[in-house]
Amino acid sequence: MPKVKVDGVEIDVPNGATVLQACELAGKEIPRFCYHERLSIAGNCRMCLVEVKPGPPKPQASCALPAAEGQEIRTDSEMVKKAREGVMEFLLINHPLDCPICDQGGECDLQDQSVAYGRGASRYDENKRAVTEKYMGPLIKTTMTRCIHCTRCVRFSEEIAGVDEIGALYRGENMQITTYLEQAAKHEMSANVIDLCPVGALTSRPYAFEARPWELKKTLGIDVSDATGANIRIDARGREVLRVLPRNNDDVNEEWISDKARYMVDGLTKRRLDKPFLRRDGKLVAVSWNEAFAAIATLNPGNSIAAVAGDMVDCETMFAAKKLVGALGSKLIEGRQTGMDYATDSLAAVNFNTTLSGIETADVILIAGSNVRWEAPLLNVRLRKAVKRGAKVFLVGPEWETTFGGEFLGEDLSVLGNLPQNVTDALSNAKRPAVILGGAALGRGGLEAGLALAAQFNLLRDLEDGTQWNGFNVLHMAAARMGGLMLGYAQKGGIADLVAAKPKVLLALGADEVDFTQFAGSMIVYIGHHGDKGAHAADVILPASAYTEKAGTYVNTEGRVQWADKAVFAPGDAREDWTILRALADAFGVTVGFDSFDQLRDAMIVEVPALGSEGLADYGSVLPNGGGSAAGQIAYPIKDFYMTNPIARASAVMQRCSAELLHGEEIAEAAE
Amino acid sequence: MADRYIEPDTPELRARWGNFAWTAENAEKAKEVVSRYPAGRQRSAVMPLLDLAQRQVGAELNTQGWLPIPVMEYIAAYLDMPVIRVVEVASFYTMYNIAPIGRFHVQVCGTTPCMLRGSDDLLEACKSRGMKKGHISEDGLWSFTEVECMGNCASAPMVQINDDNYEDLTSDRLNAVLDALARGETPKAGTQDPARHTVEPVGEPTNLVAMMTENHDYRSEW
Repeated sequence: MPKVKVDGVEIDVPNGATVLQACELAGKEIPRFCYHERLSIAGNCRMCLVEVKPGPPKPQASCALPAAEGQEIRTDSEMVKKAREGVMEFLLINHPLDCPICDQGGECDLQDQSVAYGRGASRYDENKRAVTEKYMGPLIKTTMTRCIHCTRCVRFSEEIAGVDEIGALYRGENMQITTYLEQAAKHEMSANVIDLCPVGALTSRPYAFEARPWELKKTLGIDVSDATGANIRIDARGREVLRVLPRNNDDVNEEWISDKARYMVDGLTKRRLDKPFLRRDGKLVAVSWNEAFAAIATLNPGNSIAAVAGDMVDCETMFAAKKLVGALGSKLIEGRQTGMDYATDSLAAVNFNTTLSGIETADVILIAGSNVRWEAPLLNVRLRKAVKRGAKVFLVGPEWETTFGGEFLGEDLSVLGNLPQNVTDALSNAKRPAVILGGAALGRGGLEAGLALAAQFNLLRDLEDGTQWNGFNVLHMAAARMGGLMLGYAQKGGIADLVAAKPKVLLALGADEVDFTQFAGSMIVYIGHHGDKGAHAADVILPASAYTEKAGTYVNTEGRVQWADKAVFAPGDAREDWTILRALADAFGVTVGFDSFDQLRDAMIVEVPALGSEGLADYGSVLPNGGGSAAGQIAYPIKDFYMTNPIARASAVMQRCSAELLHGEEIAEAAE
Repeated sequence: MADRYIEPDTPELRARWGNFAWTAENAEKAKEVVSRYPAGRQRSAVMPLLDLAQRQVGAELNTQGWLPIPVMEYIAAYLDMPVIRVVEVASFYTMYNIAPIGRFHVQVCGTTPCMLRGSDDLLEACKSRGMKKGHISEDGLWSFTEVECMGNCASAPMVQINDDNYEDLTSDRLNAVLDALARGETPKAGTQDPARHTVEPVGEPTNLVAMMTENHDYRSEW
């Protein structure tokens, strides 16, 4: 623990800290462009200059200088002020003065820091450098003349994303940041470079010229595009969500989100269900709420009712539906739409127990039946970190392009019961072994085979440092899954139990992946927000809210309970889901025991106390016994990363990404 | 510098260079180059290999050679590294030609010592032969670049043509060299001053004369 003096105040800094970090610890703000906490240190913008004694009598780049015992650091001296002014002036030499037409305006590091640390005017009167536009795909808009060569984007794609595609060509004044041959950036996290870019060189293409940051109302939300539950900030103007940005949460998403989480929001205004519909003579007809409820009241289902929850619904919606179905005397609720029927007696057996941040410390990881890049891009980032720390990864399933190497063992589930010698050796010798079962490996005995591995390799153990290690993980793909399982949205036989019961009424809560032909004899009441597969099959459509339009509780795949706020109002006649379910209770003539959202939430917490506190839910540390044999060819459920949910399917941006990045179509640029 | 650009990736370019592979001889050399670096660090061999590839292309085209995109991709695949990293290196160092080049690559030094000794005349002489920055002359013979100091200031002005330096030039001497090259001869590299063998003093020594015969301590005279 070296002791350093920052502006006369002595502080202890951790070993290995840099001078910049020491200054931050002392509460001093150090301006910077290239330095970023989660990327390697480049030291090329020179904005973080400070005066350090002992050392050469000149300013030093604090980001790249280790803090050492006895250093005297000044961040407020005349030399530092002059140095910052000088660097700022040089950076601005080639930076265009186009802030009024730049999308970064108002949230631009260069703008802010030039106001705070610059000298106010330039003495440069030569021509500025101009750089040609670079094409980086449908998500990233480039104006490379604005680039200040901090190389954050280059380091992000190399270190975090693991896809080397952005680089700096040429040298000196001619240096240009570009993708190889100006191909589109093709990975699931590519748009994070937009947040990283400290200037307006890389901006958001779908959001171009849409709004200024000060016009936007910022709401804290939770992403529902996958089961990792990334923390997001929803920026809305009026009734429209204009963009989604990541929030920092080291336990979940660090500060990244996937491209789908970021850009599917334009789908929130398209294909929306904004009126109730009734199916009359085989055609859906728009009706008023009163007509819709009057029609429902005549259904008179008795206890022949069932509910299927979709992948993106919040816990409150599921709980309200459970209460409604329960009040009518039925217990038929299910969330696993595609027919999975794995045992859910122990939630620890279907949870990502190691946690997203914990998996970074694993030293041997066996992944079965999961294309992690598509099913949970944020977990893929963690896996890459684990491998960088020396972890070995083995994968079972058809080969996909990993960003962390790894050895593919075979495409059949039976591999789980018959692991090659080198894998069993690695797992038995590992200190922190982990097994990850994806959705494709849960059925056909996969979960039991995985649990058998957990017992065989002692995945549940006490570590030397006294903490408990649980290396058994199930990676879900639906944001609603863990919450649904906690609320009991699981039948023993899966959705087949519902089919067998032949319910008179089937409530579909945003359920779009169900094969509704199985429910040919049921009245399907679809409560959801998009005119997607569920709505096509519905007999009654009650328009509800998407995830940005209601407050809700979500549980991610590691059992982390998180709350989201309501950002905007639902369009048209659409209402929040719980109010619809409450009104349905009246239509059916039953009581569900809540009249307000708070009452609903309280009732839910009474029934499932774990949903009442933010953070990891405790599922116990006992894994059930596995066994049996798994067999069957593994096929990953996600065929198209950009089209996995009704919002994304409605989104023009996601459609273009899918067409261009996955299906390689040449999309002609619209004439400008 | 600003004239540097990467030759666009066209179907014709792919057709011409898409099946680039080491010659038997260069394959041996490449293996030897890679073996110079520790295991797991083969990427360090990218610079010598790019040079080797450029020379192989050069041998094929009878020029100094250049690096078409497919060749860079070949190197990237050979070293198992991302192509963009190879392109970064090739575009950074000016000794890698990233666009086609003429039979002779004339690089005239225009930095201060050469300029004081008359490099402007050399530039003029080149210009009159139709050489233009960043272009190949119409006869395909000459490519021309004005470069910064090549470290031959003691025999300024100088010109580098392909792998050889020609020093102590005047426009006449440069013309003689260029004519000889154009005729297919190989002029003597190095100084073109008949009175000079290498960079020894021209005429009598004027500096440190007291040291010519014995070790003399100048310090007391400073």
